[in-house]
Amino acid sequence: MSSQPVIRAEHLGKRYRLGARRRQHGTAREAIAGAANRLLGRLRGGRSDKASQEILWAIDDLSFDIQPGETVGIIGRNGAGKSTLLKILSQIMEPTTGFAEITGRVGSLLEVGTGFHADLTGRENTYLNGAILGMKRAEIDRKFDEIVAFAEVDRFIDTPVKFYSSGMYMRLAFAVAAHLETEILVVDEVLAVGDVQFQKKCLGKMDDIARRGRTVLFISHNMEAIQRLCTKGMLLDRGRLIASGSVTDVVTTYRAAEQSLVDVGRFNSRGRTGTGWARVKDVRLVDGTGNAVAGRPAEDDLTFELDIELTNASKSGASLRGLVTELVICSEQGQPLVSLMNVDDDGVELPSVTACRITARLPGPTFLPGRYRMNLFLGIPYLEHVDEVPDALEFEVLPPERPWRPYELNISRQIVCRKAEWICTTAVPAAEVAIS
Amino acid sequence: MRTASQPDVMLPTRRLEPSHGWNLHRLSEIWTYRELLYFMVWRDIKIRYKQTALGAGWAILQPVLTMVVFTVIFGQLAKLGSDGKPYPVFSMTALVPWTYFATALSAGSQSVVANQHVISKVYFPRLLVPLASVLGPLIDFGIAFLVLIVLMFWYGIVPGVAILWLPALLLLSVLTAAAGSIWLSAFNVQYRDVRYVVPFLIQLWMYASPVPYSSSLVPARWRLLYGLNPMAGVIDGFRWALIGGPSPGAMTLVSAGVVILALLLGAAYFRRLEGTFADRI
Repeated sequence: MSSQPVIRAEHLGKRYRLGARRRQHGTAREAIAGAANRLLGRLRGGRSDKASQEILWAIDDLSFDIQPGETVGIIGRNGAGKSTLLKILSQIMEPTTGFAEITGRVGSLLEVGTGFHADLTGRENTYLNGAILGMKRAEIDRKFDEIVAFAEVDRFIDTPVKFYSSGMYMRLAFAVAAHLETEILVVDEVLAVGDVQFQKKCLGKMDDIARRGRTVLFISHNMEAIQRLCTKGMLLDRGRLIASGSVTDVVTTYRAAEQSLVDVGRFNSRGRTGTGWARVKDVRLVDGTGNAVAGRPAEDDLTFELDIELTNASKSGASLRGLVTELVICSEQGQPLVSLMNVDDDGVELPSVTACRITARLPGPTFLPGRYRMNLFLGIPYLEHVDEVPDALEFEVLPPERPWRPYELNISRQIVCRKAEWICTTAVPAAEVAIS
Repeated sequence: MRTASQPDVMLPTRRLEPSHGWNLHRLSEIWTYRELLYFMVWRDIKIRYKQTALGAGWAILQPVLTMVVFTVIFGQLAKLGSDGKPYPVFSMTALVPWTYFATALSAGSQSVVANQHVISKVYFPRLLVPLASVLGPLIDFGIAFLVLIVLMFWYGIVPGVAILWLPALLLLSVLTAAAGSIWLSAFNVQYRDVRYVVPFLIQLWMYASPVPYSSSLVPARWRLLYGLNPMAGVIDGFRWALIGGPSPGAMTLVSAGVVILALLLGAAYFRRLEGTFADRI
């Protein structure tokens, strides 16, 4: 009987209509207008507007079995369908096609502190959150002391959580979740909470849960955590299951696939706008010896080379002089993070020539490992957009080759992480001494 | 603790698949999740008057001030009849269940959207959400009811044995609020128009219910039809049970029938939509 899987999925799929997004949030008036349009379209013999909607299969035809006691790491790039899969398995969303059969209670930890209310005390939130996660009252009564001890908030347990520090809040929230005892546990990257000691404690607790024979499904971008906690792996890409098996094999496949993505590190001029009399001909990330590369280790400098030229060089008197170059580095999701401009104090002015190569070096470490995009801008301030290229380059910041503490603590969040000059003094300022 | 190494414990297997049509199955889940319902009501009560200066005083102030306004405008100026009872008591017996209903309906209709964060992160039967928000305002009802008793005592009105029907009538008003909330909260997920409709609806509904006036103004042959408005049945029932007067009998039965029908259809409609809540919210 133990060979019967706890989770069996057959042809599981989830479809979204991207064009319908506006209507989903819409008002009744829009729905009526939409219905009238569809009716008119049909009368005219045209196709309904459903055909023109873009359809996205967030997960597509997934079939898999998970045996009791397995700890499965689900990996894949952003948008691969990992969260959608967990939401279907934890019954938050319905699949569009196929089915999943689940034996046993499912505890879903898609975030910590779901349902926490700022005005309620730590004790009250523990009960409320526990009940929302599916614990019985008697179960919470029994584990209450353990939860409070684990969260290290005993002195503040009867204080409203709005007065908690964010660390205390997260610790309590994780502690409640960690004491959920369902047969199946579904976890979405909630590990990285609190300070270093607490993170270790969380990982330890997860280890403990995994060893006690429960079935765990775990999403993370942190391959080290996945390899440490999981025995099996599932690799998703654009909604499809492309590899599954032992966690080491799947992580290796994932890393290899990430490296071989062709467009990383190549100039992409699609979508360029501007008057265009001067253009960026190429942009690339280069290593220490000037070779174009797709990624650099986090601790190294990021050096970008741009080739700029006039598009109509025969025109007499024209030159690149006066053009401002801006590189905007964005997160993988397109959120601008950093702007680099050649008019900075350490910048250079473009010379009176028809073509040149300009290099921008950003001293490392700056970015935590992850994938980043770059937008390019060439123009005359206040006057003219000459060349604007969105998503001109996608590049990767690789895990550091030397140990770098901020990386270890931030667990691969895409943020800027710089060195600062830190000073710590032990002398108490005179003014404060006077007050006390 | 149960572990996977004890396969002799048979666990139920659930099948998650696209749902079709109107169905009421798994409604029994509400019972399985009764503790969560309790905690949700308890949370609503706990946070109800947090950071307000008057606190639960609002539960008294709202119906009492309305009663004063009604007494002046409808009782004194418009001289609407009150079936021979003192107008303040007459209107207060209606305002206590009405205020409960209005509070519960406006909270209930917003409840699913207000809890969208939890709904998109954890599974539980979504029907608990409107149900919990309809039960919370019963605290206010209890407080306002005490004021009503004081008022009756002041005017020397002693209820008859009909007061034994009061729990059933209260249940009817809870079910009316629940039915309305289930429909409106499900609509609200897709059409946020509900937020603007509900205050207006409540206002109109009050004038369609015998709150400021007596239902004896409605001709006898229309009385059963009037009972299609469940709050008319509830309010007439309250007046009959507390301050005496003709038994609303058949009219309240019509109201009860309407409510039960609306509740069952509403629950089926809600269940039909609840699988898509997390997608649409």
